[in-house]
Amino acid sequence: MLLSAENLCKDFGGVRALDGVGLEIEAGPVHAVIGPNGAGKTTLLNLLTGIYRPAAGSIRCRGRDLTGRAPHVFAAAGVGRTFQNLQVFHNMSALENVMAGRWLHERCTLAAALLHLPGRARAERACRAQAAGLLDFVGLEAWRDAASEAMPYGALKRLEIARALAAQPRLLLLDEPAAGLNPTETQEMARLIGRIASRGITVVLVEHNMRLVMQVSQRVLVLDYGRTLAYGAPAAVRNDPRVIEAYLGAGAQ
Amino acid sequence: MPRPGGLAALALVVVLLPLALPNNYTYEVAILVGLNAIVCVGLNLLIGYAGQISLGHAGFFGLGAYGSAILTARYGWPPLGALAASLGAVGLLAWVVGRPILRLQGHYLAMATLGLGIIVSIVLVTEDRLTGGPDGMSVPPLGAFGWTLAGEKAWYWTVGALLLAAVWLARNLIDSPRGRALRALHGSEVAAEVIGIDSARHKLGVFVLSAMFAAAAGALTAHYAGFITPSKAAFLHSIELVTMVVFGGMASTFGAVVGAAVLTTLPQFLTVLKDYEMMVFGAVMILTMVFMPRGLVPTLEQALAAQR
Repeated sequence: MLLSAENLCKDFGGVRALDGVGLEIEAGPVHAVIGPNGAGKTTLLNLLTGIYRPAAGSIRCRGRDLTGRAPHVFAAAGVGRTFQNLQVFHNMSALENVMAGRWLHERCTLAAALLHLPGRARAERACRAQAAGLLDFVGLEAWRDAASEAMPYGALKRLEIARALAAQPRLLLLDEPAAGLNPTETQEMARLIGRIASRGITVVLVEHNMRLVMQVSQRVLVLDYGRTLAYGAPAAVRNDPRVIEAYLGAGAQ
Repeated sequence: MPRPGGLAALALVVVLLPLALPNNYTYEVAILVGLNAIVCVGLNLLIGYAGQISLGHAGFFGLGAYGSAILTARYGWPPLGALAASLGAVGLLAWVVGRPILRLQGHYLAMATLGLGIIVSIVLVTEDRLTGGPDGMSVPPLGAFGWTLAGEKAWYWTVGALLLAAVWLARNLIDSPRGRALRALHGSEVAAEVIGIDSARHKLGVFVLSAMFAAAAGALTAHYAGFITPSKAAFLHSIELVTMVVFGGMASTFGAVVGAAVLTTLPQFLTVLKDYEMMVFGAVMILTMVFMPRGLVPTLEQALAAQR
């Protein structure tokens, strides 16, 4: 099991945002987490990357207990993510953002950095080439040297994905990758998710766009009021009466 | 991508500047510029690149100065040994104090470092048996193996070489994975964490490094001037240092050097302003924030790039 969570709970000042959610993410398929606004989707993602500590429950990654550990420990265990409200490093160029993403795979002691010891220049060129390759992969080759603060919204979403891929995660969590994108851009995003999955990276996306979810995912987790409503194949979830009720209201059928 | 010509240009300035220095007094100003610039290059790593504020770096400057002064004057240590020992001690102190306070962010970190600087400054004033109290103490000259660093010109070349070394080290760091990790912290701490950057460790590392830059410049200043007073460790000196970094340009190593040069020279030549020095610094800070929030050097670079 790539990542498994049991009985996750999280409170915000007396409000239980997540109430006993469990999930098991096995390597391979694209997973989706859906649910109405406020259902706890982003809270779940923040718990699964160590940004929040769960009030109860546990998280294991490939057999290792990561409950309560810092986000960088989750990253080192192979969990990467992007953000719904973008968290781009606006003080760096597009390429530098992705180069920063390679941190876990760059061997560089403080002395080597300060003294520019032999080998640094070559390592730096290799890092640059790897990052450039990832920018090409997400379709941002034209923005390589752009200041990230000058890039449009859709490009920044792809930049975050390239940065996350640079850390070579086994599991990539995408928080609303299609939010704010037009239909053409959404289709491009669907193709990109497919290409990431075909690289052997397991993708989990939190998404409101049902067409995208049904198109790319093989497993769907439905949350409502912080609880698991349904978990299974897209077709089964779509026809689950409880899911229809949560989305459309009781008596819709 | 850094401009590789930058360091060479700075070296050229250091080499050619003596042609424009008519007397010992102007040499002295140039030496003070160099020493302040070393502090600012280190402080800029912390403030400009990693995005962590410190209002207490004069404390580290003062500790470096007094550490080297006390070990040489009171205990007869060789100056280079005293300098190295006080550098190590300040680094250790910054590491110990930095662990709890670097968990704080924004205003809280500013207040904590401010408090640290004030404590250092009070200790230096009250421990008068060792430090000479508010009157200060005299410091033996720098030297090794029977040879003494003396005279304005010798000091000028020494400080010039050390400044170039400081700039070289800082720029190497910035263009390495570790430098990108620091800039990532400034850009978004949460995003830095989720790509595997241990934010606490990196903040502490750059805090210690910048404290040691300040301590080195402090020790050199004490040996150069031959006399040190607690005012060099005081809060107002911390503010001067931050103003130099902000005015010259945050996240610009040459900005830090230019900021130190302008704001060290200005009060020397406008001696009429002597009593109003802090007012001038305050005004410079306000005007910088209003008219060029990115600082002098980045603003000029941008203007030049737009011209092309």
